[in-house]
Amino acid sequence: MDAPRPAAATPVEPSGREDLDGRARLLAALRKPGSRGQVVAGLLLAAVGFAGVTQVQANRKDDTYVGARQGDLIQLINTLSLASDRAEAQITKLEKTRDALGNDTQARRTALLRARQQADTLGILAGTMPAEGPGVRVTVSDKNTGVGTNQLIDGLQELRDAGAEVIELNDSVRVVASTYLEDTTGGGVLADGTPLGPPYVIDAIGDPHTLATALDFTGGFISEIRGVGGTVTVQRLATVQITSLHKVQAPKYAEPGLTR
Amino acid sequence: MIAAIGLLLGVFLGLLLQPSVPVWLDPYLPIAVVAALDAVFGALRAFLDGIFDDKVFVISFVSNVLIAALIVYLGDKLGVGGQLSTGVIVVLGIRIFSNVAAIRRHIFHA
Repeated sequence: MDAPRPAAATPVEPSGREDLDGRARLLAALRKPGSRGQVVAGLLLAAVGFAGVTQVQANRKDDTYVGARQGDLIQLINTLSLASDRAEAQITKLEKTRDALGNDTQARRTALLRARQQADTLGILAGTMPAEGPGVRVTVSDKNTGVGTNQLIDGLQELRDAGAEVIELNDSVRVVASTYLEDTTGGGVLADGTPLGPPYVIDAIGDPHTLATALDFTGGFISEIRGVGGTVTVQRLATVQITSLHKVQAPKYAEPGLTR
Repeated sequence: MIAAIGLLLGVFLGLLLQPSVPVWLDPYLPIAVVAALDAVFGALRAFLDGIFDDKVFVISFVSNVLIAALIVYLGDKLGVGGQLSTGVIVVLGIRIFSNVAAIRRHIFHA
């Protein structure tokens, strides 16, 4: 194919000295670049080098299974498909776990929200949180110190009966489930250990109209106060702010029972 | 000099670009490379003999590659691709050996 024909032979060196032997010619060509033949040879050699390296790399990539027998290959494929099945099963399982965790997080968030709402409700009920809302402010003036615990307890009872949610005495005592009133010798009252004197101010959060009417009926709170020589003014307010707090102590004797 | 630089450049490019062989070229490339190597060694021998001709070199290079690819193609079509490839490799290998022997004689005078 490439047999060099003597007829087409032309020396590559411009000097063209035929007496040079092969080694000298090679060295001369290496030292002296530039003839057309060298450029062409360079291009083709570049192509050969490129193709050769490409083929070597392609071969290196793929020759892992070239010598393998059919049985080996089938086993290999089976192993791979098994592994892929296993990986898919694992993916499904993990996705399920992820979904479950997502649901769990959602449920926990909901539970937390509900617990927080309940804590708010209970805090208001127990008097551990400040509260505000529409309500009434009842001011009881008393010059003769005729007003005592009887009348005040009646008043609180009327207000609770009318749906008062939060009650406060004299801006300082939060009325809660355990609140007690006690008469003192000086004419005032002792509420949860705090001495109070007239004028007594009862703040209550609830429907203002209902609360006001609950106090004002024949034989009710207002007439009772008047009977002992006091005066009562009831203000209906759009916003009653109750800031005094009740200090909760952990129950000493009572323990939570089982809920069914 | 330029020829040696060209060879190095081609190898370097191949290493640098890491081209993937197209599928249709896959069966022909190895044979084509061997055929091209045969042409290169023949050209080197001719150069050492003082009868190198770039035209002959180009033509022999291209025809070598084409014929090698054609033989493989034909072999594939006839169902004897593997055997024909082996035959071509053997023939080209013998030619490369004889050419290298001649080159060796020129360079080492032995």
